[in-house]
Amino acid sequence: MSDSRVKKRMRLKGLIAKEFLQIWRDPSSLAIAFVLPVFLLLLFGYGVSLDARQVPVGWVVDKTTPETTGFTAAFQHSEYFQSFHFADMAAAEHALLAREITAIIRLREDFSSQLFKQNSPAIQVIVDGVDANTARLISGYVQGTWNEWLSHLAAMRGTTLSRPVIAQQRIWYNSAVLSKDFLVPGLIAIIMTLTGALLTAMVVAREWERGTLEAMIATPVTMGEVLLGKLIPYYLLGMGGLLLSIAMAVFLFDVPLRGSFWVLLLTGTLFLLVALGMGLLISIIAKNQFVAGQAAIIATYLPAFLLSGFIFNINSMPPVIQAFTYLVGARYFVAILQTVFLAGDIWPVILPNALALALMAAVFFGLAAKKAPKRLE
Amino acid sequence: MPDSRSDQAVFALEFQAVSKCFIAGRRTVDALRNVSLALPKGTVAGLVGPDGAGKTTLMRLAAGLLLPDSGRVAVFGRDSSNQAAQLRGLIGYMPQRFGLYEDLSVAENLNLYADLHGIGREERTQRFQELTRMTNLTPFSKRLAGRLSGGMKQKLGLACTLLSQPQLLLLDEPSVGVDPVSRRELWSIIDQQVKTSGTTVLLSTAYLDEAERCMEVMLLDEGELLDHSSPDAFRKKVQGRCYRVTHPDLSNRDLQNRLSGQPGITDAVIQGEAVRIVCDSEDSVNAALLKTDNGRTRIEPIAPRLEDAFIELLNKRRAPVRQANRITEASVPVADEEIIRVDGVDRWFGDFQAVKRLSFTVRRGEVFGLLGANGAGKTTTFRMLCGLLPASSGRLQVAGVDLRKAAARARARIGYMSQKFSLYSNLSVSQNLAFFSSVYGLSNARRDDRIQWALQQFELEAHKDANSGDLSLGYKQRLAIACALMHEPEILFLDEPTSGVDPLARREFWNRTNRLAATGVTVLVTTHFMEEAEYCDRLVIMAEGDILTSGTPSEIKRQARTEALPDPTMEDAFIQLIQAKRP
Repeated sequence: MSDSRVKKRMRLKGLIAKEFLQIWRDPSSLAIAFVLPVFLLLLFGYGVSLDARQVPVGWVVDKTTPETTGFTAAFQHSEYFQSFHFADMAAAEHALLAREITAIIRLREDFSSQLFKQNSPAIQVIVDGVDANTARLISGYVQGTWNEWLSHLAAMRGTTLSRPVIAQQRIWYNSAVLSKDFLVPGLIAIIMTLTGALLTAMVVAREWERGTLEAMIATPVTMGEVLLGKLIPYYLLGMGGLLLSIAMAVFLFDVPLRGSFWVLLLTGTLFLLVALGMGLLISIIAKNQFVAGQAAIIATYLPAFLLSGFIFNINSMPPVIQAFTYLVGARYFVAILQTVFLAGDIWPVILPNALALALMAAVFFGLAAKKAPKRLE
Repeated sequence: MPDSRSDQAVFALEFQAVSKCFIAGRRTVDALRNVSLALPKGTVAGLVGPDGAGKTTLMRLAAGLLLPDSGRVAVFGRDSSNQAAQLRGLIGYMPQRFGLYEDLSVAENLNLYADLHGIGREERTQRFQELTRMTNLTPFSKRLAGRLSGGMKQKLGLACTLLSQPQLLLLDEPSVGVDPVSRRELWSIIDQQVKTSGTTVLLSTAYLDEAERCMEVMLLDEGELLDHSSPDAFRKKVQGRCYRVTHPDLSNRDLQNRLSGQPGITDAVIQGEAVRIVCDSEDSVNAALLKTDNGRTRIEPIAPRLEDAFIELLNKRRAPVRQANRITEASVPVADEEIIRVDGVDRWFGDFQAVKRLSFTVRRGEVFGLLGANGAGKTTTFRMLCGLLPASSGRLQVAGVDLRKAAARARARIGYMSQKFSLYSNLSVSQNLAFFSSVYGLSNARRDDRIQWALQQFELEAHKDANSGDLSLGYKQRLAIACALMHEPEILFLDEPTSGVDPLARREFWNRTNRLAATGVTVLVTTHFMEEAEYCDRLVIMAEGDILTSGTPSEIKRQARTEALPDPTMEDAFIQLIQAKRP
């Protein structure tokens, strides 16, 4: 019947228009949808860095020789270190304890004489291990600089280094090893979780709380229309967040986008459906904003942050936790995002992850449709 | 939209042996038990009953928002369980709090509901004009619904519900927290709707005078339909057993206190310049009066009200209210000492002035009332008096202490019960009492004494280990007052203690408050029930942050006396004052 179709369209249009008016007038919705993403992007793009730069290092040189001067000079040119010189070990240790420096490099008296003998520990490195992550980075950098300096020295003297293997590192996809290039794409998944799950769960719970859903169910509107009336606006809002994030990533943070934009948009849609599905499911179960907000943060936002591989590498998690990450939708999307941004359209990575997302979206929507209240119970 | 079947049906709404239960925590609550009723088309029916009687459940079942566990609900002959979709077009349902989107404007709310009901463009414009004119909302069409007063919200909610021209109108407590003027306007809209469209109306209400205007009244208690008949039939039940009692020396409060709970007297309330009583029989009246005072009381029969029958029916189903610790000697007289002084107080919230140039004084031992609709500034005034909110300007003095200088010192001498009771719902009754006494720094021995006192005085002994969240509203209210009294304050502030509480519990509350005042405690109370003003020694009536008038209940009512209205009620006086203020 065309009359009933006209009315159906009118109802849906009314619901969507209402939702946009409410989003526009409610500062907290706008904050979650737009201000928070920008804030997170700026924070992770500029503030948080997993790279060690300008690490203060204390030097203790027992006997100055041309070799020791050359070696310390190699550090002075590095942007990773900031050198401080100490007269003896005691002074350096004191500075380390005071946290003025994070590492001590000591060159013993026999540094020059031992330099080209095999397997001889010619330098001593003491690293402040309080921050394990930085400590590991520093020891890696010191090792790297040491190797480089040695081979450089050998080449200058026309001899080859009497070592069996020289590790020559080359890093692919993120050759500058910039953590922002890796963090910013992953952050998009977090931002879409915020609008998709958290915001959606809260606004539906708000309608329960204020009794507006009760009044609405009593009109000829169907539950399917009510759900669609929520899905469409928040889908658009979520995609807006995606576009905003991509634009900021590419134009502000110079993150390379090696894959195609359309793949991002398509897989973004899939992920947003997963997030919206979770948000709707939460709001059907939790009928007040506080519980819905808590549930959304614990069930969607925190897992997306911690278990998606966005910051913490999934492969280095204990097996039980690794198994658990398969339930986190963001895991699949983070993998896609990092691949599409930094490597390109690598289908063997994109397809299985996209399939997992599609499956999750189907499960959540199936559950939401099954649990959706036809009445007040 | 009306089709042949809805025309053929005799009854607009029919319940056949309907039962409905809910699971709350580990308990199963029978919200409705075996309820059968039938409303002929064109009826205006009122649903009354104490708090938790199952009124909202009944409304939701009628609206098809809930399905019965057993039995059948039919609207215009159609079963609500399998023809819900068709019925939605015939029903207009307004839930409590009106179901409005507060962040949408008046016009946007109307538009949304017009969309939801699929109302076409031309019809829409016409309906909007009609409804906004009828509700006087035309000048406010751009205002956000959240910024409207309670009365205007209610009218907008009603307009949204009437958009689709429903044949059955279901209104769940439409007048809670709405001022008397708006309540009268609501009734004129309903009357007009019934007259022009033949709409059937079912509305639940806590106001029995409102139920009196209906053609049929249904009384619900603990999920059972006790009675369903015309208001007249209800009144006939107590015909000839209602009296007006006066005493030359005793105050109304003392007289009421002596009469209530006497054997043979089912109900005693202060009404105007007298105490109104309902007796078991004509003989019991004389016996009771003899006991009160050797024949100096004057007594005359008066016409019964719905409320008299209502209270009698409910009282029969309950254990008689024990009147422990009754005071029989005359109460401590009101001292001539000003204990609260409010002088030119203003309070602004941003660019909104909640309280305007407020001035009044309260004497020690008085029961002092602040009357007004929601949003009149009562709660703001209370918060300032309790030192919880600073005044923007003006002077506030409580128990001789200037609140601007020593709010904490004043607070030790006052007890405050907020609107939502502020109890810890997952602590037991005695744990709540213990907590509040330790907050006020009571020593161990004194604390035990006070807890014992509270359990006894408020009859909470039987519930002392129950979690306060599981108590009924009436008991919660008692516990909340007890908690506010643990440190024996000189002044007790009660913010809307009777809001949402049924007439029975309200009677009990006022009995208790009167006893408390008789011991010399000053009581300040806010309420939006106009008739409760009768229990106050003096009161102020507030509207939109202003004091409209102040004085004793009889002084205020005297102002409204006209030839047409020789014995005005407090509500009449209020309406007159409001109308005089509005241009």
